[in-house]
Amino acid sequence: MRIDCPHCGSRDVQEFIYLRDAGPRRPDGMAATLAEMHVYLHERDNPAGRHRELWYHGSGCRAWLVVTRDTRTHAVFAVEALPASVESAST
Amino acid sequence: MRYSIFSLLRQSWAGHTGWTPAWRDAAPKSDYDVIIIGGGGHGLATAHYLASQHGITNVAVIEKGHVGSGNIGRNTTIIRSNYLLPGNTPFYELSLKLWEGLEQDINYNAMVSQRGVINLYHSDAQRDAYARRGNAMRIAGVDAELLGKEEVRAMLPFFNYDDARFPIQGGLLQRRGGSVRHDAVAWGYARAADRGGVDIVQNCEVTGLAIEAGRVVGVETTRGPIRARKVALAVAGNSSRLAAMAGLRLPIESHVLQAFVSEGVKPLIDTVVTFGAGHFYVSQSDKGGLVFGGDIDGYNSYAQRGNLPVIEDVMESAMALWPGLGRIRLLRHWGGIMDMSMDGSPIIDHTPIEGLYLNAGWCYGGFKATPGSGWCFAHLIATDKPHPVAAAYRLDRFATGRLIDEKGVGAQPNLQ
Repeated sequence: MRIDCPHCGSRDVQEFIYLRDAGPRRPDGMAATLAEMHVYLHERDNPAGRHRELWYHGSGCRAWLVVTRDTRTHAVFAVEALPASVESAST
Repeated sequence: MRYSIFSLLRQSWAGHTGWTPAWRDAAPKSDYDVIIIGGGGHGLATAHYLASQHGITNVAVIEKGHVGSGNIGRNTTIIRSNYLLPGNTPFYELSLKLWEGLEQDINYNAMVSQRGVINLYHSDAQRDAYARRGNAMRIAGVDAELLGKEEVRAMLPFFNYDDARFPIQGGLLQRRGGSVRHDAVAWGYARAADRGGVDIVQNCEVTGLAIEAGRVVGVETTRGPIRARKVALAVAGNSSRLAAMAGLRLPIESHVLQAFVSEGVKPLIDTVVTFGAGHFYVSQSDKGGLVFGGDIDGYNSYAQRGNLPVIEDVMESAMALWPGLGRIRLLRHWGGIMDMSMDGSPIIDHTPIEGLYLNAGWCYGGFKATPGSGWCFAHLIATDKPHPVAAAYRLDRFATGRLIDEKGVGAQPNLQ
């Protein structure tokens, strides 16, 4: 599996670290209820098919990326830099 | 037909012409008391114990492929109960006790071999952690022995004891652990459940769950709708997909875990060994192949095959532990899809849908749990109360904070 990093070009998957589904947004820590934090932290759609997910290019540009990938075939459809408006993925 | 030395002799004299199929290839009826979705180890064990322990025989096991085509045939066949936490230890010990009596119970040779499981330690801190684990096991009535370096060397002289980075200091041994012929577990449970009156329906994929007013009333399948009063999910790897049919989101990610077999060699290692400085373990099958396991690839996958970096990582760990392995060629490898739960522990519980039961989230530990999982899931389905040793495996523990985080890494499956 190779990931086409928008900053570095096509690189082996070994250079990257997977975090999770890119969909869930962290609720505001002070205002969030326990139920909201539970849903954010634990529950997943976990689809068989197209999946948008957060990857970290740790052995390259050290940028967070949003990779769209098929979980049934490992085919990568799209790789985008993490938009600045999205929450910090390092949490 | 009951298998025994007499049935074998009778068939020998008759030229082996009288053997009957081990189970009926049943067509689905229109209505059952209980439908179990998933004809793998856990589903078939559940069906067997429903029939044999609870007298519930109007049961169907619905399998999308053929019996034993999923993770029951894709694991590395290790059994053990060397767990630390109170929520886990009694459950896995019940499972190990059921393994010990399995072949007599199901009248099937599953080749249960209690050859021992040794977890190696490589530092003082790791020794202390294993001493703690061993003590926790012994308090719970499980056998555990802490071995020093020379005791391990006497059993396994060919390891790299004086590795500069990961010297072997000793190991935690559970003598009652070992390995089992995994396909025979599926076939034996299928045969036992069938003999108990259970219908095993193969090539029947569930396409939807029929739910009326918050209560499950049956399933939609590729072989037509089937009504049932209770429906039980035992589809680890695909639990999220089935649960989504009932509108549920689970605390689970599906990940691919790879395993490996070398070419067959003469008897070389007579126990199961785990490397303490990397995720690698090894045992030898009765055919002579060395069976290795490693870590999950670390990203969501339903592909049943992994990528090369993990293969390289496992082989590097193998060479660090046992340099002589470099002369042996790898014969084949494969991947299975794990339900990685958010605390590394399984779920055996009701769901918010009445009559719908969930058995999921087995992570790395599904095979060894097969009998215990079936036993406790059957108890839950039959009595509507959790079995005492599985009472901690609640679906709502993630919301209430009662996690069973054996490794202490949090809600991050690729760190478990």
